Amino acid sequence: MAGRALAAIVSAGLSRFGKLEGFYAREIFAQAVKEALERCPNLDPKRDIKSIFVGHMMESTEHQGHTGPLVADWVGLNPAPAVRLESACASSGLALRFGIQAIMAGLADVVLVGGVEKQTHLATDDATEYLAMSADNFFEQWHGFTFPALFALMARAHMNEYKTRGEHLAMVAVKNHRNGAKNPKAHIQREITLEQAMASRIVASPLRLYDCSLISDGASCLILTEPGLAKRYTDNPVYIMGTGQASDTIGLYERSDFTSLRATVLAAREAYEMAGINPEDVDVAEVHDCFTIAEIMHYEDLGFCGKGEGGSFVESGATEIGGSVPVNTSGGLKAKGHPVGATGTAQAYEIYLQLTGQAERRQVQGAEVGLTHNLGGHGSTAVVHVYRSSG
Amino acid sequence: MEETASDRNSGEVYPTIENFYKFCGQGRLMAAKCDRCGRLFVPPRVLCPDCYSSNFKWLQLSGRGKLQTYSTIHVAPKAFAAQAPYVVGIVRLEDGVNLPGRVVLGKGQEAKIGMDLVVDFESPPVGGWPRWPRYLFKPA
Repeated sequence: MAGRALAAIVSAGLSRFGKLEGFYAREIFAQAVKEALERCPNLDPKRDIKSIFVGHMMESTEHQGHTGPLVADWVGLNPAPAVRLESACASSGLALRFGIQAIMAGLADVVLVGGVEKQTHLATDDATEYLAMSADNFFEQWHGFTFPALFALMARAHMNEYKTRGEHLAMVAVKNHRNGAKNPKAHIQREITLEQAMASRIVASPLRLYDCSLISDGASCLILTEPGLAKRYTDNPVYIMGTGQASDTIGLYERSDFTSLRATVLAAREAYEMAGINPEDVDVAEVHDCFTIAEIMHYEDLGFCGKGEGGSFVESGATEIGGSVPVNTSGGLKAKGHPVGATGTAQAYEIYLQLTGQAERRQVQGAEVGLTHNLGGHGSTAVVHVYRSSG
Repeated sequence: MEETASDRNSGEVYPTIENFYKFCGQGRLMAAKCDRCGRLFVPPRVLCPDCYSSNFKWLQLSGRGKLQTYSTIHVAPKAFAAQAPYVVGIVRLEDGVNLPGRVVLGKGQEAKIGMDLVVDFESPPVGGWPRWPRYLFKPA
């Protein structure tokens, strides 16, 4: 790997994902931070943590704003500067990127980054309306487009253009549920069959219920340090080697191609170049499977397979644990769950476990290079990170 | 048909989204054409993202186009629940710009990529915000 480390992950924490009855955002975030602190006894949080970046999309659902200082208060880190970042479902992928930037700028040497979302107190149609706010309201939601429908438009275009079939979509769901069944923190820890997935009810054709990720509560966090400081806190840090981010149109309709997400292609290119790697060097990846078709498009946009080959790529087993590039070993958004603000750093949490050999029953043997891909909305934001183990 | 957006003597109609929907209320699908680079915008923009001009002319479109991709929504938001299942899609207008919208089909008609559609307009919604008249698409 040619690049130099941008930052190191010295610890990570994740709450359970799912319906966390009676717990709200600040309390769920505290659960994730507790784990990260317990994993890192050499860290004195009040002395060492210099800055906090927290991703959180739908703060208005609790009639609560000002989430930065709120979570800083609730995890005992006042007066460290704290800020909430919002970029729809990419909010904590961006928190990670801004934490790296703070370290690289020399403004802080130890940073807490993370994300949180509370969604299950909402009725499903209210939750999906909040989520749809990441698209172009005046021309999409307000005309009756739901968030699943926007990805369904991409699925229809992909199936029309290439040999992608409903079965391929279902295979993504089956794989991710198989992985989620091995993750004790996943929202749904149950395997499903291809037949079940394909017989589930249609949400927005051609997408069915099992093509959609879950509405979950949850929080995640990482403790980042300047690379040279990492060994002070752990013998086994994970180094962040590349970061990339790009934007695209807020309306899906303004794009010339509905079968690819340009922001992903550009963010990945930036992250790969910074890390000095190629897509085939990736040993394990967490990608943004908000819908099954999205995972298939990400395989192509991240360069794991050729354009239009995403369907046959999942069919080949390449993205299973044991395949050439295991994808979403955590269960992904599909089975682990999708508390939107928490998702980006939850992906990094899984890669941290994989690259430090702590992923237990879903461990990818010998994994040294990891990748996370976090999407905001229907691809108006994409953020990609590349990681390397210290081994 | 052209109307000058930036000619103050004739009463300027700014190239805003609200004005776009006001035209919908008159049964007209209007685009904004950048005076400098000539790019056509639906929805209109107040600043051309290509050349940064803020001078546009309104241009009425035929509203005819072809369906690029579509989905039938079965799980609908509250405001559209009574219409479910309904079809939404992205239409490539013959003027070369895309517009998303509902596709309202007659009995026995099925959505198909490439089908010819034409724009139509609804009355303004009774409640909620914004209260703009919506456009939609029907088979041509």
